[in-house]
Amino acid sequence: MNSAPWIILFAPLFAAAAIAIATQPFKKVSSYISVAAVAISFVFSLVVFGSPDQDVSVTWIDLGSFQVRFGYMLDSFSKTMLFIVTGVGLLIHVYSLGYMQEDRGRSRYFAGLSLFMFSMLGIVLANNFIMMFIFWELVGVSSYILIGHWFDRPSAADAANKAFIVNRIGDFGFMLGILMVWSASGTVMFDELSSKWTTLGLGAGYTTIAALMIFCGAVGKSAQFPLHVWLPDAMEGPTPVSALIHAATMVAAGVYMLARVFFLFAGSGTALMVVLWIGLITSLLAALMATQQDDIKRILAYSTLSQLGLMVSAIGLGVPVAALFHLFTHAFFKALLFLGAGSVIHSLHNEQNIWQMGGLQKKMPITFWTFLIGTLALAGCPPLAGFWSKDGIVAAAFEFNAASGLVISVINFFTAFYMARLFCVAFLGAPRSEIAGHAHESPPVMAAPLLILAIPSLIAGLPVVSHIFFPEVESSEPSIPAIAVSLAVFVGGTLAGFALYRGKSSDPLDIPLFENRFYIDQFYASLVKWTQDALAGIASFVDRWVIDGGIVRGLGGTTWGFGFALRFLQIGNLQAYAFLFGFGVVLLLYLILFAS
Amino acid sequence: MATLNDYLLVSGLLFTIGFAGVLLRRNILIIFMALELMLNAANLSLVGFSRFHVRAGLPDYNAQVLVFFIITVAAAEVAVGLAVIVALFRAKQTTHIEDLNSLKF
Repeated sequence: MNSAPWIILFAPLFAAAAIAIATQPFKKVSSYISVAAVAISFVFSLVVFGSPDQDVSVTWIDLGSFQVRFGYMLDSFSKTMLFIVTGVGLLIHVYSLGYMQEDRGRSRYFAGLSLFMFSMLGIVLANNFIMMFIFWELVGVSSYILIGHWFDRPSAADAANKAFIVNRIGDFGFMLGILMVWSASGTVMFDELSSKWTTLGLGAGYTTIAALMIFCGAVGKSAQFPLHVWLPDAMEGPTPVSALIHAATMVAAGVYMLARVFFLFAGSGTALMVVLWIGLITSLLAALMATQQDDIKRILAYSTLSQLGLMVSAIGLGVPVAALFHLFTHAFFKALLFLGAGSVIHSLHNEQNIWQMGGLQKKMPITFWTFLIGTLALAGCPPLAGFWSKDGIVAAAFEFNAASGLVISVINFFTAFYMARLFCVAFLGAPRSEIAGHAHESPPVMAAPLLILAIPSLIAGLPVVSHIFFPEVESSEPSIPAIAVSLAVFVGGTLAGFALYRGKSSDPLDIPLFENRFYIDQFYASLVKWTQDALAGIASFVDRWVIDGGIVRGLGGTTWGFGFALRFLQIGNLQAYAFLFGFGVVLLLYLILFAS
Repeated sequence: MATLNDYLLVSGLLFTIGFAGVLLRRNILIIFMALELMLNAANLSLVGFSRFHVRAGLPDYNAQVLVFFIITVAAAEVAVGLAVIVALFRAKQTTHIEDLNSLKF
């Protein structure tokens, strides 16, 4: 048995425990422990990357016919994910050293980060559904802790609640899906399931519903429509958290899980269709919303939603490797973008409105150039990372049918457009506010991760590199039309963005529908309010008329009524009582002796 | 030789007299005495039954002993009852039961 995966998994847990138990008051020590733990995980991830594939498990809970096993599964998927999670995680931990320097709750923050790393690595390594579900929930908890880090701000506390509750809705479906899979097959191990699932002879309806229930988990965790509302609000957390959790890793867990259990979907065309269109709808809506946001982190959040939608639709197209490839490149450039945004926000004293920025090219050169690389990678500029991975999805979509290919092209157009807008407004032109005029470059501990992340954002997509991580990708000839479309869309979107926003000091477009996120949040708010009001009305009616009126007052009233009637028998004449008593005895005697 | 029927006849007569006293008299002391009469009518029938319940050539003496106990207990009960009546008289200055109807609705 290889002990490296266990070390990868448990090093962050030990760090979290050590911080929580021992080093809470010593903030510097706490932060270094956390960074050291993730560094250890990263080193061992590199070690594991070279080792052969393995599937190891130990029995954890034994209930006779049902065994819960705890183990790890090393294959190309999980090795690549380990690399992404620990690599990006390490850089973000280092960045946090600078970003959170002034924060009072630093120990708590780093303990939360370590707990999150532990949970995320657990999902990556899990070789069965039960273990994955446990870590899945742990990820939800640690995300709650980190989003609500500044819990004294009501908006952060609300966002943390929202993220947790919305995730729970998806997780409920996920749990039902796991139960359906288990009751049909009797096992929750991925390797047994993958060989057994199609031979069980289950009805098409059952497999479709089971697959869609499993998909519910991904809808919650990867913030797909209609449960996407939590992700933009989660930007209330510290920016490194947004980068780590809400861009690079946690939200990718849903996509990773779908790729991991793709065999459940492979047999059901309907399920794949639903997955495809949920992904496309999410992606399109989010791209449209992103074009009208003013908060730099929110723009990135909607772009994350949009890219996650693309990954999910790639699963729906039946190309999980393409989805994971996009996840892989996206993790780097989206973490880069978020950290760049964090760097800007940090130096502008927590200003997040892009219309208050501008003129940052000279003042923050490192942030500027790395952010440019991230922007181009996300927009799909060849030969940067995003181009290659998006191209795989676009090609698969056009191969599948024209409609989905067209939708994806539209999405990519808007992606290029809103990134050009963001870049133009936030970095170029003259400073639009006092603070932006006094911006300065971030300290080296924050700039270094930006520089390091810029490298994979540049090269991670190149076939030379991607073949190390995705050996399964058959090196087919790239389809020329798909590349042509991608290029045209990128150039068109970017030019449109630049043309519209170059040198503007306020937004020339005003589309309230997009700005207000299609009113989905308002719709949910009123839906919740309406449901709650209706339930409260029914409960109030039942309480007032059935319980109070019927049972409590009814019983009391009946007893009182009987008492009132019987009171008239109290005539106060002793001899009348005696007579009645005697008469009663005689009557009884008569009945007993003669009447029977 | 008196038979069981004679005993029961006397006992029933006593009981009826007692019951009539309870129903018809107005003075609570008299009613109380009539009650005692009813009790002793019951005692008499008990003695009568035991006298004629012959086992192994002997009457059943158990019940006759029980009657002595009943008489003893009845004496104690009379003491309590008289005490209650005295207390009642002190409170109401009357022993006439038509005036003792304060529990009436």
